[in-house]
Amino acid sequence: MTSRDSEDVLGTAAAWRAAGETVALATVVETWGSSPRPAGSRMAVTASGRMAGSVSGGCIEGAVADAAKQTMATGAPQLLDFGISDERAWEVGLACGGKLKVFVEKLS
Amino acid sequence: MTPEILQRLLADRDAGRPVALLTRLTDGRQCLWPDDACPGALAEAAAAALRDDTARTVSLDGEPWFVHPHNPPLRLIVVGAVHVAQALVPMAARLGFAVTVVDPRRAFATEERFEGVTLSTDWPDEAMDALRPDARTAVVTLTHDPKLDDPALERALKSPAFYIGALGSRRTHAKRVARLKEMGFDDAAIARIHAPVGLDIEAVTAPEIALSILAEIVAVRRGAAIATKKAASAPGAAAA
Repeated sequence: MTSRDSEDVLGTAAAWRAAGETVALATVVETWGSSPRPAGSRMAVTASGRMAGSVSGGCIEGAVADAAKQTMATGAPQLLDFGISDERAWEVGLACGGKLKVFVEKLS
Repeated sequence: MTPEILQRLLADRDAGRPVALLTRLTDGRQCLWPDDACPGALAEAAAAALRDDTARTVSLDGEPWFVHPHNPPLRLIVVGAVHVAQALVPMAARLGFAVTVVDPRRAFATEERFEGVTLSTDWPDEAMDALRPDARTAVVTLTHDPKLDDPALERALKSPAFYIGALGSRRTHAKRVARLKEMGFDDAAIARIHAPVGLDIEAVTAPEIALSILAEIVAVRRGAAIATKKAASAPGAAAA
């Protein structure tokens, strides 16, 4: 018995893709401070709105899913910056704390 | 990510091959190490990421590359296809462990009791020789029977397993320590065994005991202070 379950974002993404869905992968590539998920954490989203895995404690998943829609439409990857550059800069990410970068790519 | 990279990544994982996915963050270009020819500096970063099991971003010719290690799952070898094992195995699988249950007693090690679980009915020392626990393997003995637990512990102590735990009371463990000393293990070696197994959460039921064992394995793996404290208070360590 292995871990082919909820943590298997890559396998889930592949299964969605094989079923004909348009899929994007988001990966945490860098963190500073008290980011809830370490670099390498993954989330898969589909154009139809399905979601698996996570890149934070739930703070930025919505914003990442929005960016992923763009990437799925254009095919161009994006490098997203989340965090607090000054106290009032950007509400997204505040609740989780820390700063992080998320790479978003389409599963072609 | 191209379908080719994705399929190779999944195939490597299914085969238990460690591989690092390298992504140029400026344009999404990717390669897999060690199979693809990646520039020297990236190869070094990939090897280090796999060794530490930690992802990182490195700079090559002024451009950021994300180095993402994909190691095979941690392994858990459970000796004793007993009631606690039935609770432990599915919980461990959810935590990402590839689990093997070892018990030569065929009345215990049945497909009905452990549906879909990798079972070995070899004698524990032979099973351990076949499984070859490495630094990404945890070993837990649950049989209460020295005939079965001891040969497994003997092999585990000779391996680099990152966690070794043995079910049984402090009194049982004191006797076990005496037997292991007769086998030639010194105090430092025996102190690697977490016994009584699991964090002290006053666990009573089989799932509670399973939870305490897995919490201890996670604590040891992550270097939590709580695990160190427990190990220091174990009789094996006290005698050291």
